[in-house]
Amino acid sequence: MIAIIRYNAGNIKSVQNALTRLGYKSIITDDPKALNSADKVIFPGVGEASTAMQYLTKRGLDQTIRSLKQPVLGICLGLQLMCRFSEEADTECLGIFDTDVKLFPPVDKIPHMGWNNFLTMRGELFKGISPDDDVYYVHSYYAEISSSTSATCDYILPFSAAMNRENFYATQFHPEKSAEIGEKILRNFLEL
Amino acid sequence: MLKRRIIPCLDIKDGRTVKGVNFINLVDAGDPVELAKAYAGQGADELVFLDITATIENRKTLASLVERIASEINIPFTVGGGTDTIEDVAALLNAGADKVTVNSAAVKRPELISELAAQFGNQCIVIAIDTKFTDDEWIVFVNGGRTPTPLRTLSWAKRAEELGAGEILLTSMNNDGTKSGFSIDITNEVSTCQYSRYCFRWRRFDGAFQGGILQHRMQRGSGGKHFSLRGDRYKGSEKVSYEREYICTDVKPL
Repeated sequence: MIAIIRYNAGNIKSVQNALTRLGYKSIITDDPKALNSADKVIFPGVGEASTAMQYLTKRGLDQTIRSLKQPVLGICLGLQLMCRFSEEADTECLGIFDTDVKLFPPVDKIPHMGWNNFLTMRGELFKGISPDDDVYYVHSYYAEISSSTSATCDYILPFSAAMNRENFYATQFHPEKSAEIGEKILRNFLEL
Repeated sequence: MLKRRIIPCLDIKDGRTVKGVNFINLVDAGDPVELAKAYAGQGADELVFLDITATIENRKTLASLVERIASEINIPFTVGGGTDTIEDVAALLNAGADKVTVNSAAVKRPELISELAAQFGNQCIVIAIDTKFTDDEWIVFVNGGRTPTPLRTLSWAKRAEELGAGEILLTSMNNDGTKSGFSIDITNEVSTCQYSRYCFRWRRFDGAFQGGILQHRMQRGSGGKHFSLRGDRYKGSEKVSYEREYICTDVKPL
């Protein structure tokens, strides 16, 4: 069973729809027991960092997420919340990835919205994916490149398109909205 | 490199896709979910669904249609029509829409744009503007293109951007449904606003907004987009089929 973390962020249903299309059963839950016993956990999100972190902390989900042992996939805000710190409302985040989240400098249109390809990529999530493949992004903040960065993308500056440390994976783009390429990446995660 | 987007737009009336010319003479054009799947399968980057009847009863129908679309397609989509409160927008987003358009309600009460952007983030608030060239000026129309306003299109677009619109969906009523292409002049003027994104095709725009019932095939990739458009044009009641080939080489970084 795949567990999708329920919290005060949007876009959770889209992730479940994508899993259903791929033939996977999933539950949307904030129950630590259900999260701990799931085969895989997805940490999605569209929203604002500080209100999301407050919600997670109040329910003890911050501890639950950090201690998960099975493969975990953060998406968009999920990736940002898995970093150390976000400039969005100066938010202390989960600290799973050793990097910070910053606002794009205002030299081009923000948010970075639309289809963009990769500069670099490595790891299981990108099996069968080419750097020329495009995926869908919507974000104003980005995770700086660090040792946990597993893929990079260029918009205004190079940033972390995906991250990975041990069992924790995350994408800044939305695989659930990225047509067949996104489905391939989701399937790669589900087959880990 | 961020790509230009091809965005088919489907006008919805009573749960069916319709196609009009200059906003009138609507003809049935099929099931929106089937069309949405076909477009997504052919490589569309996003989809837009506009409920052009937009009454309270239809809003409920629209939410259930949005749920069906969300379960079937794997690309982002925008929904709108008669959306005039935070509750309307929340209902469509909860049903699975990625973005919501607001048109007449924002003209009536512009602060609504800021309220929606604060609540849901500006990335999902699209301000739709219907415009018509009237007495030597591009003027904003509301109520499905039926009512002219004193607003000039460019200044309204700028105001909407300042208030927090994430994107602007600009429709020229002069060109709509006529298969004569986009109004390049007003689209160019509007796209000089600094940060918003505009759903249009041509050099400086971020996306192509393709209405009507077109079948097209596209290739995503680094080399640009090649696509063909096939469709039926109506001359009175006579149906004329046509096909055009496009190669979009304008894929420089934005």
